Amino acid sequence: MADYLPHTSDEVDEMLSFLGMDSLDQLFAHIPAAVRLSQGLDLPDGMSEPDVAEVFARFSAANQAKSPEMLCFAGAGAYDHEVPAVVKALAGRSEFVTAYTPYQPEVAQGVLQAIFEYQTMVSRLSGLPIANASLYDGSAALVEALNMASGATGRQRMLVSAGVHPHWRAVARTFAVGTGHEIVEVPLKDGVTDWGSVVAAGAAAVVGAYPNYLGVMEDMGGAKRLAVANEALFVLACDPVAAGVLKTAGQWGADVFVGEGQAFGTSVSFGGPYLGLFACSLELIRRLPGRIVGETVDSNDRRAFVTTLRAREQDIRREKATSNVCTNQTLMAVTAAIQLGWLGTYGLREVATRCAQGAHFLFDEVTKIKGVEPVSSQPFFREFAIRVPKKASKVLSRMADRGILGGLSDAALNAGGAMDAVANSERVILVSATERRTRSDIEQYVKALRKAVD
Amino acid sequence: MSSNALPGGRAASAPILGHEIEPTVFEMSVAGRSAYQLRTTGVPATPLDELVPAAHLNPEVVALAEVSERDLVAHYTRLTHRQFSVDLGAYPLGSCTMKYNPKFCDAVAADPGLNSVHPGAPAELTQGWLELLVTLEEKLCAVTGMAAATLQPSAGAAGELTGLLLMRAFHNANGDPRSRVLIPDSAHGTNPASVTLGGYEVTTIPSNDRGLVDLAALKAALGPDVAGIMLTNPNTVGLFEEEITEIAAAVHDAGGLLYYDGANLNAILGVVRPGDMGFDIVHMNLHKTFATPHGGGGPGAGPVAVSARLAQFLPGPKATRVEKDWYDWVKPAKSIGRVHAWHGNAMVLARALAYIEVHGGDGLTRVAQRAVLNANWLRSRLSATLPAAYDRVCMHECVLTAAPLKAKYGVRGLDVAKGLLEEGFHSPTVYFPLIVDEALMFEPTETESLQTLEALAEAIERIEKRASNDPESLHRAPQTTPVSRVDEARAARHLIPTEDAASR
Repeated sequence: MADYLPHTSDEVDEMLSFLGMDSLDQLFAHIPAAVRLSQGLDLPDGMSEPDVAEVFARFSAANQAKSPEMLCFAGAGAYDHEVPAVVKALAGRSEFVTAYTPYQPEVAQGVLQAIFEYQTMVSRLSGLPIANASLYDGSAALVEALNMASGATGRQRMLVSAGVHPHWRAVARTFAVGTGHEIVEVPLKDGVTDWGSVVAAGAAAVVGAYPNYLGVMEDMGGAKRLAVANEALFVLACDPVAAGVLKTAGQWGADVFVGEGQAFGTSVSFGGPYLGLFACSLELIRRLPGRIVGETVDSNDRRAFVTTLRAREQDIRREKATSNVCTNQTLMAVTAAIQLGWLGTYGLREVATRCAQGAHFLFDEVTKIKGVEPVSSQPFFREFAIRVPKKASKVLSRMADRGILGGLSDAALNAGGAMDAVANSERVILVSATERRTRSDIEQYVKALRKAVD
Repeated sequence: MSSNALPGGRAASAPILGHEIEPTVFEMSVAGRSAYQLRTTGVPATPLDELVPAAHLNPEVVALAEVSERDLVAHYTRLTHRQFSVDLGAYPLGSCTMKYNPKFCDAVAADPGLNSVHPGAPAELTQGWLELLVTLEEKLCAVTGMAAATLQPSAGAAGELTGLLLMRAFHNANGDPRSRVLIPDSAHGTNPASVTLGGYEVTTIPSNDRGLVDLAALKAALGPDVAGIMLTNPNTVGLFEEEITEIAAAVHDAGGLLYYDGANLNAILGVVRPGDMGFDIVHMNLHKTFATPHGGGGPGAGPVAVSARLAQFLPGPKATRVEKDWYDWVKPAKSIGRVHAWHGNAMVLARALAYIEVHGGDGLTRVAQRAVLNANWLRSRLSATLPAAYDRVCMHECVLTAAPLKAKYGVRGLDVAKGLLEEGFHSPTVYFPLIVDEALMFEPTETESLQTLEALAEAIERIEKRASNDPESLHRAPQTTPVSRVDEARAARHLIPTEDAASR
């Protein structure tokens, strides 16, 4: 009998007797007998923690793609960055971990101030003045941006570059069924969005990715001009690490910035929980999805923080709310603030630079291999796509035998998608190197790829 | 001194010196100071401007903060001292199920064998994760009495919207598109907000004088255009919808589906299952019922379980046992598609499975029993001070009202809530549900002891005494907390959402 319940059996009796009852069953007597479980749940009895740990050790052992056994060169929005002990220690403090949403600001200044600082950092990285307190992940941030665009323009037509992460586009298509948005995917040509290939009239949003999911840094000027000409919102999905050195969304003229913030202090975590970054221009603030923290004062005129502009939110506006989001990813946002505090102004630049250096060094080496060629001739930042002479999944599988997670197959990423962004997608691998990959790691990669395509 | 930055090493804010403010990390920043250390890689350090065309480089440096590791630790440690949490004390916030979060479940999630696995790695290299997800799906189905589940939704509201899209897919597949969804007036705000995003119109169903769905009004609202109903059971006043079988029959007879909002699932574990009550779609809040820590506002996880006839529409790809001891990603036949960039909040899912395994069927049943016992004891214990809005046996939470205090002393529910903060308890949920005047919703959860509940009750009695002697002191409460009552109106009127917007 393993549990975390404090009641002794005497106390249970005492409490029941206080209620004038003689059994726990009486508490449930008003539930119709016809629907009540007579035999309890069809689940085994509880186990002690050490026994359950054994079960999980088995799961863990069956995951071959774990660190350090396998060197990670996979990216696509989930990156293996350094998370130092200090960030783990601070982000793991139970006052942050076991708090609820800061509904009572007088006893939640810790989370509220951390989020205020996080919003400041996201605002600076995006080059836009307003950032919210987080959304579920990058894909959720994209969907909220589309909802914002349709609210702001009264239109439903969303021009989304095929350079936006395929899974994010898939999520946008799923939710468009409910909102009635028309998702128009704009194809890539040599890794660059061919904005001229679609009808832009009536667009609510023009959505680009920077760098895009193939790693390519596109000139976003064309997308911006298209948005302006059609009075649509310009939404830019940015890699926030690259944002440490590249032009910001604001500098490109974006109205809305969305991004995946996992890279700031959260391990790859099999895909979640991650962190949806969201920032926008001042004009859009009344349409902002989710929570935002603002500075104010307390009754003694001391600085204090509180969630604000609450009248947009679901618990007050109900069916007219700007979003249905309630629980967000606060802990990941706090973690991101701590990681960015640790990195500081120059640490983030250094990480971004080293990612670019690693990826370019790897690119130069792998493209020397016979039969391996770049998918795009365009400049890339920290990730790139290669075409291999065999099926990508087979190549990756052979590399895995040598302890290398060699990237992600484009065909797998795009499975079930509306379109392939590149030709011969089944032979395309998306590769990334973070600041954690050493020259020796990269040399191992090259060796493994050479054998695998041989 | 090289700058007028504030010192990182002075423990000025709570708890040591009480009431001073904590500087922001930017206020502690000193140009040239740093904390980061990176790996020695031996990768050629090609200058960035040789790798990236000038047109893409930001001509400006994006300023973050420049602090030492020591100051970073001091800053965030002091912030944690300004924060209430379950680990610190009782958190009877109604509807939020703020139970103790077992440390063991966090330890499970800290295993690199789980958290260092890349979500895009192929199935043959992630068999442990796939088995974990399939196991969790099976257990969640056993708890809810459903046939299959998706683990992708990140939170309850994401689960709601997923459920509504499943509802839509079901009706569309039958060539019977519908336009309205019924919601009781006591529902959480996420329900109507999700209905709108699901492309449906909301029809609100009134509650009767017993705090339950008015069955006659429900029947009158049903019609061939009704896609379904969203219900929380027990509902948001903490009461079980006793006519649930009649409600289910009426909705099903009209061709609609029943959606179960799992916000209050903690009350019925092992007692009654949504599937047996007639629900077709069920979302669960793993961060409530299955004790995954809420993180100050998230992450959560909002899996959605469905009956057999809806399984083919579930989001995909879905971890699936394709043969004995072998797992793969499979897209259900008529899947609505992805609702998450990857596979859901995986580390939250792992914690929830650990919690379920520790408790087992017997333990989960005890969870519900003790949660309901605690709520009823508190309701009964406080009946003279804060009467229940509906005075009969409740489930895992009780909605009490401060209306008598307001009438007698001009002390409102919010004042009681703020007074409780001074007593060392987190406040209950205030002014929800909207249908109860001066509502104070208490959910003690099963992990609080009788002694804690008694102390909470005595604290509320002291607040009542204060209300009669010195009501003004309650309007000013709290004063003992890191900050006193916060000016929320000013925050909205004069928006300062970032350090850069603040005029320091």
